[in-house]
Amino acid sequence: MPFLLLASYAFYFIADPRYLIFIAITTVSTFFAAKAISDKKVSFDVWFKEHKKEYEKEERKALKAKEHAAEKKIFLCCLLFNLGFLAVTKYTNFTIANINNIIGAFGNQGQISFVDLIIPMGISFYTFQSMGYLIDVYNGKFEAQKNLIKFALFVSFFPQLVQGPISRYADLSQTLYEEHRFDWHTVSFGLERILWGFFKKLVIADRILVPVKAIIANTDSYNGFYAFVGAMFYALELYADFTGGIDITIGVAETMGIKVTENFNRPYFSKNIKEYWNRWHITMGTWFTDYIFYPISASQFMMKLSKKSRARLGNNLGKRVPVYLSSFIVWFTTGIWHGASWNFIVWGLGNFVVIMISQELEPFYRWFHSKVNVAGTLGWKVFQIIRTVLIMSSLRMFDCYRDVPLTFKMFGSIFTQSSLSQLSAEVFIGMGITAYDYLVVFIGMLVLVSVSLIQRSGSVREKIATKAAPVRFIIWYGLFMATVIFGAYGIGYSASQFIYNQF
Amino acid sequence: MNELIEILNDLHPEVDFTTEKGLVTGGILDSFDIVSLISEINEEFDVTIGAAELTPENFDSAETIYALIKAKLDDED
Repeated sequence: MPFLLLASYAFYFIADPRYLIFIAITTVSTFFAAKAISDKKVSFDVWFKEHKKEYEKEERKALKAKEHAAEKKIFLCCLLFNLGFLAVTKYTNFTIANINNIIGAFGNQGQISFVDLIIPMGISFYTFQSMGYLIDVYNGKFEAQKNLIKFALFVSFFPQLVQGPISRYADLSQTLYEEHRFDWHTVSFGLERILWGFFKKLVIADRILVPVKAIIANTDSYNGFYAFVGAMFYALELYADFTGGIDITIGVAETMGIKVTENFNRPYFSKNIKEYWNRWHITMGTWFTDYIFYPISASQFMMKLSKKSRARLGNNLGKRVPVYLSSFIVWFTTGIWHGASWNFIVWGLGNFVVIMISQELEPFYRWFHSKVNVAGTLGWKVFQIIRTVLIMSSLRMFDCYRDVPLTFKMFGSIFTQSSLSQLSAEVFIGMGITAYDYLVVFIGMLVLVSVSLIQRSGSVREKIATKAAPVRFIIWYGLFMATVIFGAYGIGYSASQFIYNQF
Repeated sequence: MNELIEILNDLHPEVDFTTEKGLVTGGILDSFDIVSLISEINEEFDVTIGAAELTPENFDSAETIYALIKAKLDDED
């Protein structure tokens, strides 16, 4: 275990030695705050059990409240310190830019200079992971970890430093601290998963990235139909890049016998956006639900607001207020978490709007399905999947173009400037990749879809494991050779960073 | 218990809440439903359910939800 911690810190050191200070501060502050809260809880519980009968009901309540307030102080100090740290490193320049815009609107006087801050790799991931742990300890879900080395490993476990997933202590600690002996089964499964990740990343994502970049860079030429193509290519690129990266993370951990939480569950097979978000970047979604959406929704303030809004707006409309307000906050936070710029905020709020509209349309859907018997048919399922892909890809154009007015312009151009004359094969070849590249991507995509379809009836790896040795060898060797031969290397390609690195 | 069943029926009229045991794990109640539910419970029973208590174990059936409400009411006594 100390070796794993050393490896994790070495990983950080190689990236930038200064990063170590940041992760160490989060680790130490969270460890001691959680330990203090946990120790207080345990000693109070023991004391309370013994002395409970000596006090009246009201006194007992007061004692509990006093204890709770003391724990809350430590909890809030640590939470605000670490979230403040995250906010300062990630959002200072964004705040300055917005203040400058406001100042500029009043006559361009007194502009504030930007500051040169270090943004440590994976800071959002390890901060969220640590704060999740702190909140769980504060809520009494489990006792705090007593060993600083063990806790430091939980925070910095290197395979997931780059792009998550955001692990929960209760899950990851189950296998992280065990002694692991060499096991051929887990090693082979892990290597297989790593190989699959590289296949997605190098054969599909990095190859299709080239035309995506060309489309984004030349918005005057590539509008209308090409904006639509760009959105579709980007959807494929992001999926292959992000899930490929997570496959590598999970695979690396698996070779060491450590089980990391799954982060995707074939999201593009979702029938609506709400379901999509339960199946895409799952650990982030559940983190936001458990640690932001629920605490806000269940807060005293929200309960009072709920009562007031029901009294004023009636039961039907009033009960929507807490759900809508909490969702708004969650999606705003999700947006800004993805990046300190307005395009991400608008993207987040776009998701909020779509989810709320589909929520409101539910009675209509129920009515529709009572009249038209299509639910459960293959055609309807395909329609739902296409709808999910189109909506999510449209929203992701904010992430793709990274400029709010430009995104709206390009989205509008799909409907106003698309024409059949744009359907020219030569233009596609002019985007930096050849017909051969498109063929490779297409075959790669077919493999991806086939694997997803097989996954519906259980783990693909388990299925491969039951095959005879020569068959398994052909599959592994084929995947390896496909990645080596068809991976995007050489002039014009560079194995780009993983997209989620920056978060 | 009847009041609780009524609240649940309002949320999902198509579900038989007297027998259903997998409300959260079976995907019947989502996070929106749970938030609506706790605010209605707050209104009806005058008990506050905290975020930490919003777990699948507590919300998987009408029975477990009612047990949570009862525990809260008893705790106040």
